[in-house]
Amino acid sequence: MMNQIAALGRIGIETVASFGRASQFLAGVVFGVPRPSVGFPLLIRQLYAVGVLSLAIVVVSGLFIGMVLGLQGYTILSDFGSEAAIGQMIALTLVRELAPVVTALLFAGRAGSALTAEIGLMKATEQLSSMEMMGVDPLRRVIAPRLWAGFLAMPVLAMIFSVVGVLGGMLVGVEWLGVFEGSYWGNMQASVDFVDDVVNGIIKSVVFGFVCAWIAVYQGYDCVPTSAGISSATTKTVVYSSLAVLGLDFVLTAVMFGNF
Amino acid sequence: MAQRTTEIVVGLFMVAGLAALMFLALQVSGLSPKSAGATYTLYANFNDTGGLAPRGKVSMAGVTVGTIESITLDKETFQARVAMSINKNMDNIPADSAAVIRTSGILGEQYIDISIGGDMESLKAGDAFYTTQSAMNLERMISNFASGR
Repeated sequence: MMNQIAALGRIGIETVASFGRASQFLAGVVFGVPRPSVGFPLLIRQLYAVGVLSLAIVVVSGLFIGMVLGLQGYTILSDFGSEAAIGQMIALTLVRELAPVVTALLFAGRAGSALTAEIGLMKATEQLSSMEMMGVDPLRRVIAPRLWAGFLAMPVLAMIFSVVGVLGGMLVGVEWLGVFEGSYWGNMQASVDFVDDVVNGIIKSVVFGFVCAWIAVYQGYDCVPTSAGISSATTKTVVYSSLAVLGLDFVLTAVMFGNF
Repeated sequence: MAQRTTEIVVGLFMVAGLAALMFLALQVSGLSPKSAGATYTLYANFNDTGGLAPRGKVSMAGVTVGTIESITLDKETFQARVAMSINKNMDNIPADSAAVIRTSGILGEQYIDISIGGDMESLKAGDAFYTTQSAMNLERMISNFASGR
């Protein structure tokens, strides 16, 4: 009986300690930005790795999700004879919800897992500790550029996702199913508000980018430096990022759109 | 990959992001640079606003001339008080014009249509419409018809 209580207590202490380590780690990284002359090339390289290389999967998913929304929306809306509202449906679903969330999930799987594995392997092969020996702070040199790259790349990817999705929806709705192009764009423009919908969607994607990048680099930095440790850290990155994104999405949606 | 090529590709990535933002602003949300121009506020009291919502449009002869700012309940008269912001260049709305709540299409959103009056005087900022017509309520119409009143 006492053992079980002790085990429960240990889990609690572990959890709190891990949150504390993650926060200290975050503070060290965010405020430990390297000098621009050194940091900028590092940031560019990481932006290439997390942003540009994730572009293909984001564009392809955006296109298909837009096309599916077009087909599904047309089937439902044509029952009410209001298939002209398809543009507004596609744009609002994408901009408010699907673009930030799906991009973040893809980002966690595509870029987050790679970040964790890379940093974890650096730790396992003692590259991080040898950096410290040479007087280079690995938080600044390795972690900070990766965190900032994720933070910057995510909103860009989400916006591209929205645009491709809207165009994909147009491909199905207008070109294939024959909704009038003028009402596709007109309904969309009448119902999508720049600040309330587009900017709120971007804020969501900024938050998700930050959370995903933070979880990815922290799991890599904090992993057990063995092959099993790296594999479990990579799994944790994807699982925690996905859960955090979906949970935060509900909270952010309730704050942004729940004022009724 | 050479640092220079990486920089160019990342630059293109950022440009693509900016282009996406421009597309979302101009084409998807229909934001036009002049729409943020000066407006003035007019009020109208309705017995029933139905499904009218803030950000809805205010139109005149089918042309959008403003947006609905807020809808509040007047505690004295128990009427809904709708504040509308009207574009500044529409400064000659006749004082005896009427604000009417209409629905676009059968399932469309509700909006305020201004029926033009014939008065020489025009409404000024902060004025209220004297004549208003509330939202058409289908259930009430049916129940009135069914009870023969």
